[in-house]
Order: sequence, then C-alpha cells, then structure tokens
Amino acid sequence: MQSERIVGKPVFRKEGLAKVLGSARYIDDISLPGMIFGATVRSAVPRGRVLSIEYGTGIPWDEFTVVTAKDIPGHNYVALISNDWPCLADGFVNHPQEPILLLGHPDRHLLPLAVAAIKIEYEELPSVHSIEESESGKPVVWGEDNILKSYSLEKGDVDAAFREPGILIVEGEYMTGAQEHLYIENNGAIAAYSELEGVTFWGSLQCPFYAHKALIAVTGLPEDKVRVIQVETGGAFGGKEDYPSMIGAHAALLAIKSGRPVKLIYDRMEDMAATTKRHPSRARHRTAVTKDGKLLAADIEFCLDGGAYSTLSSTVLSRATIHSGGAYYWPNIRVRSKAYATNTPPHGAFRGFGAPQALFATERQMDRVAKAVGLTPEEFRRRNLLRTGETTSTGQEIRQQIDLPGWMERALDYAGYYEKKARFNRQNPDSLRKKGIGFAVFLHGAGFTGSGERYLNSLVGVDATADGRIRVLVSSTEFGQGTNTILCQIAAESLGVDYDVVEMAPADTRIVPNSGPTVASRTAMVVGRLVHSAARGLKQTLIASGLLAGTYTTIELQNAARAYIARYGGLCSMSRYEAPPDVYWDDQKYYGEAYAAFAWAAYVAEVTVDLTTYSVTVDDFVALQEVGRVLNPVLATGQIEGGVAQAIGYALYEKVAWDRGLMRNNQMTNYIIPTSQDISKIRVYFEEVPFEFGAYGAKGIGELPIDGPAPAILNAIAHATGEEFNAIPLLPEDIAERLASRAPVAREMAAV
Amino acid sequence: MSVRQFSLRVNGVEHRVTAPPMARLLDVLRHDLGLTGTKEGCGEGECGSCSVMLNGELINSCLMPLAQADGATIVTIEGVCGHGRLNRVQRAFLECGGAQCGICTPGMILATLHLLDRHPCPTQDQIQEGLNGNLCRCTGYMRIFAAAEKAANSDSGAIK
Amino acid sequence: MRSYPADYDLIVPGQLDSVLQLLHDEAGQWTPIAGGTEIMVLYGAGKLAARKLVSISLPDLSQIVEDGDSISIGGGCSFTQIRHHSGIQKHFPLLAQCAAWTGGIANQNRGTIGGNLANASPAADSPPALFAYAAELELISVRGTRRIPYEQFHLGYKKTALAPDELIRAVVLPKRFEKALRYGRKVGSRNAQAISKICVAATGSLRQGRVEEIRIGMGSVAPTPLRLLRTEKVLLGAAPNAATIAEARRVLSSESTPIDDIRSTASYRTLVAGNLLEEMLRVFAGASS
Repeated sequence: MQSERIVGKPVFRKEGLAKVLGSARYIDDISLPGMIFGATVRSAVPRGRVLSIEYGTGIPWDEFTVVTAKDIPGHNYVALISNDWPCLADGFVNHPQEPILLLGHPDRHLLPLAVAAIKIEYEELPSVHSIEESESGKPVVWGEDNILKSYSLEKGDVDAAFREPGILIVEGEYMTGAQEHLYIENNGAIAAYSELEGVTFWGSLQCPFYAHKALIAVTGLPEDKVRVIQVETGGAFGGKEDYPSMIGAHAALLAIKSGRPVKLIYDRMEDMAATTKRHPSRARHRTAVTKDGKLLAADIEFCLDGGAYSTLSSTVLSRATIHSGGAYYWPNIRVRSKAYATNTPPHGAFRGFGAPQALFATERQMDRVAKAVGLTPEEFRRRNLLRTGETTSTGQEIRQQIDLPGWMERALDYAGYYEKKARFNRQNPDSLRKKGIGFAVFLHGAGFTGSGERYLNSLVGVDATADGRIRVLVSSTEFGQGTNTILCQIAAESLGVDYDVVEMAPADTRIVPNSGPTVASRTAMVVGRLVHSAARGLKQTLIASGLLAGTYTTIELQNAARAYIARYGGLCSMSRYEAPPDVYWDDQKYYGEAYAAFAWAAYVAEVTVDLTTYSVTVDDFVALQEVGRVLNPVLATGQIEGGVAQAIGYALYEKVAWDRGLMRNNQMTNYIIPTSQDISKIRVYFEEVPFEFGAYGAKGIGELPIDGPAPAILNAIAHATGEEFNAIPLLPEDIAERLASRAPVAREMAAV
Repeated sequence: MSVRQFSLRVNGVEHRVTAPPMARLLDVLRHDLGLTGTKEGCGEGECGSCSVMLNGELINSCLMPLAQADGATIVTIEGVCGHGRLNRVQRAFLECGGAQCGICTPGMILATLHLLDRHPCPTQDQIQEGLNGNLCRCTGYMRIFAAAEKAANSDSGAIK
Repeated sequence: MRSYPADYDLIVPGQLDSVLQLLHDEAGQWTPIAGGTEIMVLYGAGKLAARKLVSISLPDLSQIVEDGDSISIGGGCSFTQIRHHSGIQKHFPLLAQCAAWTGGIANQNRGTIGGNLANASPAADSPPALFAYAAELELISVRGTRRIPYEQFHLGYKKTALAPDELIRAVVLPKRFEKALRYGRKVGSRNAQAISKICVAATGSLRQGRVEEIRIGMGSVAPTPLRLLRTEKVLLGAAPNAATIAEARRVLSSESTPIDDIRSTASYRTLVAGNLLEEMLRVFAGASS
C-alpha cells in the first residue's frame, strides 16, 4: 500500500503554476464579444406584496434589458430539492434581498445607478426572524406551520433509560450563529444564448450538473441545449453549491431576452447580503449518565433556521441529526430535529453542513456531563467513545479498526495537555491573562447520507486524446481543495504513468459525465475510487488490445494510446458507482448505515482569555485526524489548517449582525475573519486506517476540520475562566457581560 | 468632467490610458490594460487581492484613483517573474502549497515580495505583519508563512 | 463598484499654493483627497457625495522635519513614514505604535495623518497619542498659517476647526516626553485591519509614588477623540491603588459617552476603558519602581 510513486507524495498542485503566475482565469477575468453586464434589483423588505415598480429619472431605460418573473420561459423556481425557491419574486417577497428584477446594459458602471433609481412600493406584512419567532407560528410564513423539514431518530428506549434509578441528568442549550462563507471571489456568471447552441453558463461553481438541472427548469430548454462550464473558482466552501443555480439562471434569462452574452458579477456587499449562509442552530440536550460516567441516554432537540425557502435545509438537518450523537456509544438516543422557515435569505450549504452545529452542542455537552459526574473530560471520553464493533446512533456498526481513546491520547500528548492543564491551573489565579486548554473528539461521515450515493449514481471517465494526453473526466470541480491534483495523482498511479501527462478535462457538462456534486467530502473517497477503476480499465483495454506490454514506460503507454485511437477512433474507460456491500439505510426510521465511512478526529485548543479586554486568542492548536489515506500531504495539511482557521472564525470572530433579515455588516471591514496576525500555530497530524472502498484507502477530509475547533475552544475557555459559554460566535462583549456580572475576580494582584 | 490622458509604467512597459481621473487603478489594470491577474475581492481595501506595487510600495489598487497614479511605476503579478522563470516567491508558493483557490495569491505574492524587500530575513512576527492586509479564506495562512520563509531562505542570487 | 467614474473629477495641481488658492476661490466646491483610503471606500460603495476632488498628495505636505525642540510631521505623511521615522520612534514611540496599528500594511502606505485627522472619526488610532504628546496642529490656507492645540481641533462628531478652505499643514510634537512613562493599547475585533472598539494612549510621570503628570487620550468613547481631562484631574497627585482606580473608573464613566454600534457595545467599552486605565496605572507603577 505504501509503495506508491505518486499517491501520498506532495506533488505540485495541478493548476498551481497558473495560480502563482496570476494567469488562472476566474469568471470576471473572462469577456465575450458583444457582452453586456447584468445587475439584480432586490427586495428592501422581509415580507410583503410588491405594489408598484417605478423606473426613476436620469437613466436611459430604453437602452436596458429588463427581466421580470413574467419573462421566465420555463418554471419560476431554482431547482434543488423541493421547488419552492423562486428564481424571481412574482408579486410577493419573503426575505430582504430577494431578487425581483434583472437589468442588462453594456455600461457596467451604469448598472448600480440604474438599480438605485428603481423605486419599489411594498405592502409590508409581519415576518419572523428567529427559530423562536418561527416556532410561535405568528405568523406562518411557509407551508402550514413554518416547518421546512423534520426528522426523528430513535435508538433503544430513551424514556425508560431516563427513569433508571441512580442516574444523573444533565441539561444544556447550545446556539450557533449564521456564518458567511466569505470566499475571496464573489459569485459570478456569464451566460450566452443562441437558438443553435441553447444556453451556455460559465460560472464560479461547485456543481455543474446542479446548475444544469436548474437551467433546464428555468429555460424550458431540452437537456442538450443547456451547457454549464465551471471556470477557475476562487473559493466556495459550499456557498457555490446551490447559489450558482440562481445567478446562472439570472444571467441566462438576461442573455435570452437581450440576445447578447451577459456577465453578472456580485460585488462584496451584494454577495454578503443576498446569498446563502450557514444555518443558525439551537440544540437542547438532555443526557442521562450513570454515576460512574457511562452514557445511558440522550434526548436531543435540534433546530435550524432555514431562511425563507427550503433549499438544502432538509439535507443539512439530516446530517445534523445523525451527527448529534457525536463519536460516542449511546445505548439509547433520540434526536428530534426541525428546520424552521424565517424571512431571511435562505441558508445553504457550508462546509460541515449541519455537523459543526450539531457537534458544537454535543462536545460542549460532554464536557459538562463529565464535570457533573466528577470525571476529567478525557477520562469521561475514554469510558464512552465508540469502539470497533459498537453501533452509532443510527445503529450503524463500526467495522473499521478505530482507536478513538488512543487517538485522543496522542492528540493530548502532542498538545502537552496534561502539563499545560496543571500549569495553567497553578498560574491562573495570579494572572489577568487566563490560560486554558480544551479539546473535542468527533467524526464526520464522508459521502452522501444513506442511499444518497446510490441515488447520485456517479459516472466517471478516463480517456486519452489523439496526441497521447490522458484526461480525467469528472464533474467534480476544483476550488482550492485539491480535486484536480488528487484525481490526476490517482489516475497516474493507477495507469502507471507520470503525473505530468495526466490532466483534467474541462468541467463542462457537454464533455464530462456526472460524477455527482463536489460536496459532502466525497470527491477523494467516492469519485477518486471511480477514477482509479476507470484508469485501470483504460490500461486493461490497451493491454488487451496487444498494443501495450505488461510493463511499460509513460511514453510507451502514450504511444499505445495514440495507436489505439488511430485504429478505433477513441479511447475512453468509464466507471459507474457501486455501493459497498451490506449497506442498508432506512429513510423513514433514519436507521442503518448512514455513511460508507467516517473520518475521526481529536482537536486540542490552547487559549488565552485576556481579562482586560475579554478577548480570546488561540495560542496553539493540535489537529489530529484519522483519514484512511493521505493522498497528498501538502494539500491535506492545507485543508485541515484552512478548516481550523475558518472554525476559529466561526467560534470567536464571525458574527452576522441581522436587522430583520438584512445583514447590516455586509462589508469586509465589519464582518470579521482572522487575518495573518490572528492565527498562531496549527499543528496537523494524520492517522491512516485505509478504507477499503476509498481511493487508495482515502476517506473524505474536506469538512472534518471545521467540525471540531469551536467546541474545543469553548471547552478551553471554560477551563480558563470557570465559565461555561454555550453560544457562538463568542465575542469579547459576551465574555465581558458574563464576567462583569459575577463576583469580581480579584483585580488586586501582583504588579505588571 | 469626463476623460483625460494619463501615463503609467506597468511591468516595465509605458502605457497611455484615456479614462476618467477617478477610474480606479484596479479597473484600469484589468479592463484598459487587460492585466487580469490583479483581483477585486472587496472594493474596500480590506482583502488585499487587488494589491500591486506602486513606486515600490504595496498599495490596494481598488482605492487608488487613476489621476493620483499618473506617471507611476507599477508592478502587478504579471510583472513578477522574469524571463519566463518563476520568481523565488512564486516557486516557494508552489512548493509549500501557498495557493489553494488562488484568488488571493497574486496579492499575497506581491505582499510577500514587499515584505522581503524590507526584511530579507523576516521573523515570524514580521511575516505575519507583512501579510496582514491580505486575507485568505482557504489556507489558514500556515502554508503561506512557510512559503514566505522558504522564499527568504532561497538563494539570494536567484531570479527575482 | 457603485459609482459612475465619469461623474467625478479629480485634479492634481501638484503645488500647495495652487491647491490653497483653488480651495479659496471655489470655496465649498472641491474636496481634498490625500491617500484616499477613506474617500475611495465611500466612492466604491456609491456613497461619495463630493463630485469634484483635488489631490493634496504634495511634496510640501509630506516631510517630517526634526529640530532640537520638536518634530513636525507634514499632514500628507503616510503612516508608514511615521512609524519608520527614527526620531518619532525615539521621542514619540506611542505615535509610531498607533501608526503601526492603523489598518494593514498597504493602507499604511497610502493613509496620511492629515487625512485621518480631517476625517475626524472618533475611532481613529493616532489621536490618543497626539493628546498624550501635547500635539499642536498647523493649519494653512491662503490667509496663512495658524496653530492650535490638538484639543481644540474636534468640535463635534465629524466636525473640525478646519475652515472650508484650510488644510492640515503639519502635526507638531514637542520633544519633552523622552523620559515620560508611557502606555498605549488598541482594542479591536482582530489584530490587524480593525477599526478600534476602544484605543488609549497616555504619558505621565510619578513622583514618590504619586502621579505627577498625566495626559490620557482615548478613542471610540465619545463623538470625537477624547482627552480625559477629568480623569486626569482625579489621578493627579494620587497613588495608583484600588481606591484611585475605582474613582478613576467612575469619573471616566462620567466624561465618556460610548455607544452601541456595529462594532461593539457601550457597556463593553465602558468596562474595558476602565480596565485599560487600571492597566495603565499598573504599568506606570511598575515602570517607576
């Protein structure tokens, strides 16, 4: 296994040269002849009827293309799961920033003035802006009862367990706020239409075939008259999984109506205010634990704020529901979850996809349960972490060889946890800078839930071109996480050729098969494995044809490929997804094999809480994870570091300031992410227990690193201050308010 | 109140630009001169993806009016490598994984060059400060710090 | 980018005299633009009311002149120039520090002290140091130059003593603080690129364990940058102990009026302002013992 030439090696990023040269072309770097520009006119109110639209003076309206809901040739929805997401509001709006009109004009600078010149009158209606308000049903703004989706998961007999004598019951409520993706490249699209070609949409996006499906619905065009091409994408994190279908549809509608290619690029203020964010959550935990610290039962109520339309709330809720059990063995567990509608721009996919919210609550709760039982957090976890052969909260048996207590111990060791804990305990009483160390142990299910991968039915190809280049044909996209590199590594390894002769076919729905969306930490594990088998198929075809010997050099394979193509016209090997055996999932009972594989992790955070300013700094961070196989150590380490940094933002810096659904701090100066001076040390360690059904043993790691840091940091803050904080983002203002209301910590202390 | 002529020396080449005096240098570079390596991430001088060197100093080109850049010497990412070979900072970014999605990379490379001009052997604190106006959402900065350090340590006789 | 460039004019006369003449002759029509780090943000957001701008990036305004008694910092000096000037580092280290805290590296290269002061944000980083160092401002117009203590510059929220045709010629700092105790701290939402939630700078001296001199400047606790005159009075002659601190906190609360805004809350600012005062006294006590 460890004798690979390319897999497991730190080969250069496949498109890295273009990126460091500045020649990589993102959507706003591209222009088409005759292109005009687009802009969106959006609702100023959270909910209401559109009474009138007035086109103000000073703008040459006759030069503009104007698109309303009436101009939509197909269906007025952006297809995702349910079809309740309007492409353009048709007389009624359900959130601030909801798109109402589209404008097109050749002068890019004129568009913002035109948008500002449009006056819309509304009859405003009452709206809801939090889980609590939506729960009250006053008013109902979606469906019958504001509930976008609900699940109920149950294992064992929870009620009986809570009636057991001699147990301790610990309750807690945990909240997480919205998080803005803040990819440094805003959403952008170019669309063109002709009768011959149909619609072509070039975009900054993760899932070409999602956009393809959405454009078919909106335009009413047949499948082969819609073409989606992903161009270099400057960060996504889930924010370009669902949203590009909207912006692409808008650009396409303008292109159809104007007869010109249309470029539609959001500026930062618009992107922040109008597009999706991470779902805010509220979790209520009731845990029954024996006096010697064995978990007996959990009764968990978990809610998400879904925003105005259902979009992806059902799947985010699903993952949150399943991950609420964390990395523990529960003999009995019940999770009842709901996603509520509010009059906010719809929340959507964001790295982690419900797991960061669920695991924040669970890992905070576990530290508090440990405390209640009188055990250290680490001893408590030793007694309750899942072991091989035990079952998860959905009854899934852990078949892989796992050693969570061992990995936890190793992470604690790397972090110097025991020594630091003791030292901080000694030093804190005499200091205004309180130090703390805390950790989280967690998991992330890789791939789509349950039967999701079967439903996706991914198809992958590896082909050769007439000049002997080898191409990987997938709809899986690169947006920084390393898709291009690892898939080419896998293909090159499997084919036995040099990395340099393998490239990615353009992510163009006309050229590549649908290998599923680039989400859910599935690309390395699921798609990579298909690339591996497709490549192997190509090699076998060449050998079987007699054109290639059993052992060969790269050049020999390339020559054989060229000869094959000359003889037969083409050379392409396809591979279709096959589910691993013994996989059973009940979608009704929410029971069975939720995921093909889990990645496991133990993260340790060391913090300083400054009692003069109440700000928290993360001084050292250890991230240890078991990932099956590290396909590229530099890329994998970068993924972990980046995810940890995003989660530090999620925990301590990033607050969305809502004003009835409108994001008030929609500028980078006021939405705070860490700068280079805010991140200290992130130390990354990998464990590898190869996963039999992943490419070269790999499982998914894209989302795992954002799941664990927030609870680890708040656990560390609890250690540092003795205060339990249970909501994020946790700002200095929140800490100040809590600490100031307590008995004053001795401020009389040793000078300086 | 509409357009005038300005001159810019960009990556060693003289240009005459006819544009409004309040055209942003960023837009002039990208649209009038076709140099799309410099990016717009925020338009408010926070993210640094529009960073260029102007008369040897790192600036945010989204905040620079053309009229105040008249006659200036500008270096963009396109001008960083010489004679078709990579600059040592570019090479270090490639080797260390300093670029993930790549959108912050041009600005980040310019900022690193600016840092190394002033601090040829920078400490960790100096590296972190030198890049503090360039936001990255993908990397968590660690690979970028490693790249800056590697570039600083690479042969000083190398391509610049 | 929400403004229409062709709607704006920006001229670059290149000479201070020409600029001053223009500001006088066409009073109220031309808005000075220095480094542009404020104006261009408004412009990009489509919120710049001014349509005619005149560049005040001028050699006459960009010099730092040091003599035996003082350092005169031209209004057009950038924060980069200020933080790297060896004389300022030596005699006015708090100001060098405040300059280093302003924005990020690229913005320091363009932002000017004059532009910053004229913009008159109560959250600006340098004003507290100017109070601590007894700064004077030299204001210039076609009528000539006049000098005012910095305390007289801010008249209200974003209102300054500048006449409509006046520019800040220089910030003048007297070289009498070399031996002074000093303290400065900025509290922002992150370590760089942060508008302050609260910032403070102070110079002073102790004699026989009591405060002999003290000057404290604070930002983000009032509609303007604030010199804490009442708090200073309470501290003068007092020993840095718990009672003094408690009294100072009380008086600080009475002379500052922090608000809730997009960055922070009034209660946080009040609490932290008091904590910073306490830290300052501890630093002074420690440094002088």
